Amino acid sequence: MAQETPVVTRFMRERPDDSWQFESARAYNAAYTRLERAFAMGPEAIVEAVQQSGLRGKGGAGFGTGQKWSFLPKGVFPRYLCINGDEGEPATFKDHMLTERDPHQLVEGAIITAYAIQANHAFIYLRGEFALGADRLQQAIDDAYAHGFLGKDIGGSGFDLELVLHRGAGCYIAGDETGLLSSLEGERAMPRIKPPFPAAQGLYAAPTVVNNIETISTIPWIIANGAEWYAGMGVNRSTGTRIFSVSGHVERPGNYEVELGMTFRELIEGLAGGVRDGKRMKFFIPGGASSPWLLPEHLDSPLDMDYAGSELRTMLGSGAITVFDETTDPLLVSWRLAKFYAHESCGKCTPCREGSSWIEKVLYRMVNGQGRPEDLDLLLSFGSNIVPGLNAPFAQTTICALGPSTMSHVVSLDRWFRDEIVARLERDTARRTSLEIVTVSAGADA
Amino acid sequence: MSTDAVRMSQWPSEQPYVIPVAPGPDVATVTIDGKEVQVPRGELLIKVAQDHGTYIPRFCWHERMKPVGMCRMCLVEVEGMRGLQISCATPVTDGMVVHTQSPGVKAAQDGVLEFLLVNHPLDCPVCDRGGECPLQDQTLAFGPGESRFVEEKRHFEKPIPISETVLLDRERCIQCGRCTRFASEIAGDALIHFGGRGSGTEVMTYPDEPFSSYFAGNTVQICPVGALTASPYRFRARPWDLDSVETSCQQCAVGCRGALESTSNRLVRLLGVDLDPVNQGWLCDRGRYAYEWVHSDARVVTPRLAREGGLAEATWPQALDAAAEALRRARDEHGPDAIGVLGGARGTNEDAYAWARLAKGVLRTDNVDAQLDDGLPAEVVLGLPRASIDDLDRAAAIVIVGSDPKETLPVLYLRIRAAAEAGVPVVDVSTHDNGCTPFAACSLRHRPGEVATPVAALAEVLGGRTTGSDADRLAALVADRDGPVVVVLGRPSLAEPATAAVHAAALLAAVPAVRFLPALHRGNVHGALDLGLAPGLLPGRVTLDAGRAHVGAVWGGVPAARGLDARGILAAAADGRIRTLVLLGCDPLTDFPDRPLVERALAAVGTVVVVGAFADAAGGHADVVLPTTVWGEQDGSGTNLEGRVQRLARKVTPGGAAMEAWRIAGELAARLGVDFDLELTAEVQDEIARVAPAFAGVDAAVLRRARDGVVLPLVDHADEIAWGPAPLGAGVSWEPIPAGADAEPVPADAEAAATPTGPPAPPVALWEWRGPAEPAPTVPVDAYALRVVAARTLYGADRAVLESPSLAAFAPRDAVLLVSRTDRDRIGVADGDRVRVTSARATVELPVVADARIPQGVAFLPANRAGAGIGDLVDPDAAVTDLRVETLR
Repeated sequence: MAQETPVVTRFMRERPDDSWQFESARAYNAAYTRLERAFAMGPEAIVEAVQQSGLRGKGGAGFGTGQKWSFLPKGVFPRYLCINGDEGEPATFKDHMLTERDPHQLVEGAIITAYAIQANHAFIYLRGEFALGADRLQQAIDDAYAHGFLGKDIGGSGFDLELVLHRGAGCYIAGDETGLLSSLEGERAMPRIKPPFPAAQGLYAAPTVVNNIETISTIPWIIANGAEWYAGMGVNRSTGTRIFSVSGHVERPGNYEVELGMTFRELIEGLAGGVRDGKRMKFFIPGGASSPWLLPEHLDSPLDMDYAGSELRTMLGSGAITVFDETTDPLLVSWRLAKFYAHESCGKCTPCREGSSWIEKVLYRMVNGQGRPEDLDLLLSFGSNIVPGLNAPFAQTTICALGPSTMSHVVSLDRWFRDEIVARLERDTARRTSLEIVTVSAGADA
Repeated sequence: MSTDAVRMSQWPSEQPYVIPVAPGPDVATVTIDGKEVQVPRGELLIKVAQDHGTYIPRFCWHERMKPVGMCRMCLVEVEGMRGLQISCATPVTDGMVVHTQSPGVKAAQDGVLEFLLVNHPLDCPVCDRGGECPLQDQTLAFGPGESRFVEEKRHFEKPIPISETVLLDRERCIQCGRCTRFASEIAGDALIHFGGRGSGTEVMTYPDEPFSSYFAGNTVQICPVGALTASPYRFRARPWDLDSVETSCQQCAVGCRGALESTSNRLVRLLGVDLDPVNQGWLCDRGRYAYEWVHSDARVVTPRLAREGGLAEATWPQALDAAAEALRRARDEHGPDAIGVLGGARGTNEDAYAWARLAKGVLRTDNVDAQLDDGLPAEVVLGLPRASIDDLDRAAAIVIVGSDPKETLPVLYLRIRAAAEAGVPVVDVSTHDNGCTPFAACSLRHRPGEVATPVAALAEVLGGRTTGSDADRLAALVADRDGPVVVVLGRPSLAEPATAAVHAAALLAAVPAVRFLPALHRGNVHGALDLGLAPGLLPGRVTLDAGRAHVGAVWGGVPAARGLDARGILAAAADGRIRTLVLLGCDPLTDFPDRPLVERALAAVGTVVVVGAFADAAGGHADVVLPTTVWGEQDGSGTNLEGRVQRLARKVTPGGAAMEAWRIAGELAARLGVDFDLELTAEVQDEIARVAPAFAGVDAAVLRRARDGVVLPLVDHADEIAWGPAPLGAGVSWEPIPAGADAEPVPADAEAAATPTGPPAPPVALWEWRGPAEPAPTVPVDAYALRVVAARTLYGADRAVLESPSLAAFAPRDAVLLVSRTDRDRIGVADGDRVRVTSARATVELPVVADARIPQGVAFLPANRAGAGIGDLVDPDAAVTDLRVETLR
């Protein structure tokens, strides 16, 4: 029987009623006691330890956290730490939980990370909809200030840190790291061209590290238990644990923190109880709405970020697994995702701005019986101008990864359900012709 | 369609415009489509390719703005880099191998264009841009043949006005962000921005706040589709019916280069041309739309003579005879000093020279002044070391004294702002907050009339001493900066004499690194002063005495002694000492600060000869009107504030019988017994080069071929000349057009012959001014009064604005008194209420408005307004003017 391995979710399970409160976190989770050890180690040693732990970013891209920190140019100050809590990827709800349930773990991680990269200002960019999380996190920050864990000379270390909670205004693309920086500066959340990368010129054109909430929440435990402990968990280059948000047609949807290397089957059928109502699975999305879909035949593959990319042609992304049962219309799912991306495209790059709504309009027709047999190929054809090659890991003609995300579900349709869809489009066309319907729908209201 | 066909489409960017680069550590060798080129390392790939003849299509990238990489049209393949790269954001590195036409690149370009057209309406037949549209052209050259988009397109209400002159069609917009970036990055008026998301992204203004920028018209020019259109040009012409010529704007003394376009002998458009040392492609809206006044119905185009019952049409011989007779009679009966000539600052250099020769060489009067007591003394302007506009970029500091460049020299303001953005500290010395204050590193405030006080401290600091004043803040900013200190020097206020400004100039001129840009605003005022339309001076920046032998050798003689300036001329006229007054393209009733004096002078003077485009210039006192051609109707040259002589071009044929002012001077001279022997503009230019020392070497051949004009004196600036010609692509508006001379072909042998082996030095040493100017007296402050500052604003009741319908529609006309909020509240009135304003000279009623930029104790009077104003209130002999302001109750 598959088991969870709680690391960042351990304390909130132990004290479900008050895990977010300062006194409780101090008394039962030894909150902020990892700071002393961190200050004793010194910044270089922390960066070294995080690199050795193999910790990889848990927001989606899976870039080596310690490696990212090491890219900061030497001797250039000020530097900034920005913590990405914009969690906009559909079906992802892990940072939501971490913020509401264990804000002190996050604040402690922020202090250690800021110290490691020698930043005296840190920002937590929190998704605007997380009202309760914002209240609790702000309370946690206030408590930390009140007890000397934030502000000047933290714990007598000589290290100063100002930590600011900033709430977003409801925009998916603010979750992209450069989009987040633009938004934080008061501009529209439009991603920026790279280079320069944020490590060189990020917030206010200063060297900046952007990390996900779950990544930062892990840092105190690597300091407490050591890099070897963390590196000892997981599989291959996917070390440690991750929280997977399992949703859709399963018996027990929810967040599950598991050691990487477990199989999808153990997670979905074991922990989440399998497809609900005894139905069979049709397909599942393995890593957030942006990731290409998988079929039941892939359930025995391991939760391994590199394996997902190289062998399954998808990604573990934000760790959001959505399961669809046999009654699902994949075309309808695809249209709903397309509608999301058409709505959330920031409008900066031409292929994404125009392509995302074109995809949505075509899919809307297809879903509503107005499709033509050539429409799937049309989608793939103009879609390849957003994602050259149409093969994961995706190339892109856009600045940020929202571009390829608009096509990943279409690629999946083609990969797994092509015959079914083309047959349906031919049927629809034949029926329309027989009814002498010649008009084409006006499309969806976006 | 092949790309070769586009290359012949006269896109200016296609014109090879190669700056040779010597190999060295800063040079990279790049291979573009198999062609190896040497380019500056770190330059952007798209620019490098363009400079070497490979046009990479683009929509969002603009040479004068930072890259954003939005449109994704400029994707290229760079060997060794994964995927396609946007060439607008890729700096070149040594050994880079680039393919701009590979199958992958072609596919990406096809794809981007297909996306751009998804929501773009196909209303090209009714679109202003149709025929000169980058999207249209590039679709033809790089795009797919037809669209696969069968869905409904995006719809918006169209067009919507976003300012008085700019209309926005959001359906046509391709969201390249050029306009929004121009507004925030270049103009500093961030009044338009993107709103919405995805394909619903649209350009927006803020609620209830129009895009009222002095520079809004530039966004229309750089829009790569017809999303932004300008109401003055909208639906006036199709691009293929336009005829274009390159000229310089003469609305102010910056001399922005532009392409002047006409159809059916009517001017319809002026587009900025990218002249690197001057305007870099930009124009202000006044310059852009003020071509309209050329076609004003109020223009006089036939000569007129005063007869019983007023002015009546006459023939040229009748009018010229009458004018010559009036001049001859005044000279013969009362001596040369009984003649005065006012104006000439709005004509060409040739006009100014011919009139200087007529007045000083033929009539021998020195009562000549191109300025109307609203500038700085000519000796000071001509005798100070001159900076170039480009010096702003390499300056240690920029000091702005007595001028608001945003109001009087708008494109110079853009250049100052760009220099400030690049890190040059700007010091703003003024009585009140002005256009340069927001980006000034240091703002020094003074009371009206006391500009020399902060300038004295500034001169100390620039000389390396500390003063204990605010000016010390500058010391740290300039400490480790090389380069000149550029002083933009103007007249701080029309409500005070120039004395304080002259004293300030003397203080700054004593600092070795300081050079000046005189902030006189009138179009060709510098050309007029350079060519002798000022008392005590002869053409070519020499005094009467210094140039007597050299100039007199051609002219046959020059005036014996220094004459009167504008104020002196009008005072002498009012006293009856001046019998014949010539108004050369000027109207002292609106431009001279002391209106009662002008009225007395015009009433008292025997004969008023108006040489100009408007018959009513002298308020009904004209006896002879000799109609002149104006800008856009005549060839010639003009000189801008840095001393750059540029060619002015004729685009339309003047209506009626208008004649160039220099020909009129020649005709009058002939009637007075002197044959100028000048038949062509080029002959006048050649005579100027021969006679005027500062113009030595600047003859017609040089002017014709120097693409960016010639900075005077040539001997100091010979290396800066870019020899043309680069033909100008007609009708192209959206790119910075590579600076070109006009399309006149120059034979190869003439070019060789004309290239000076070493430019001739001025035959007479040029005038240098040393200012032992005495400080202006300070007047004790009256705590109950407001001290007046009077200065021009960009729009006002100026003839060029009033006669240009597009500008007149929104230009403020009426006089107003701007005060601080505290003072307004102290007076006890609301904004717009009329108050009684009393000076030592007069009492008038004016509306008062609070303005956050005005400090307490100061009242700002816009000078170019109709109705009661400085003309009534200011006593020109007083050091300052204090006003008592009372409610009417």
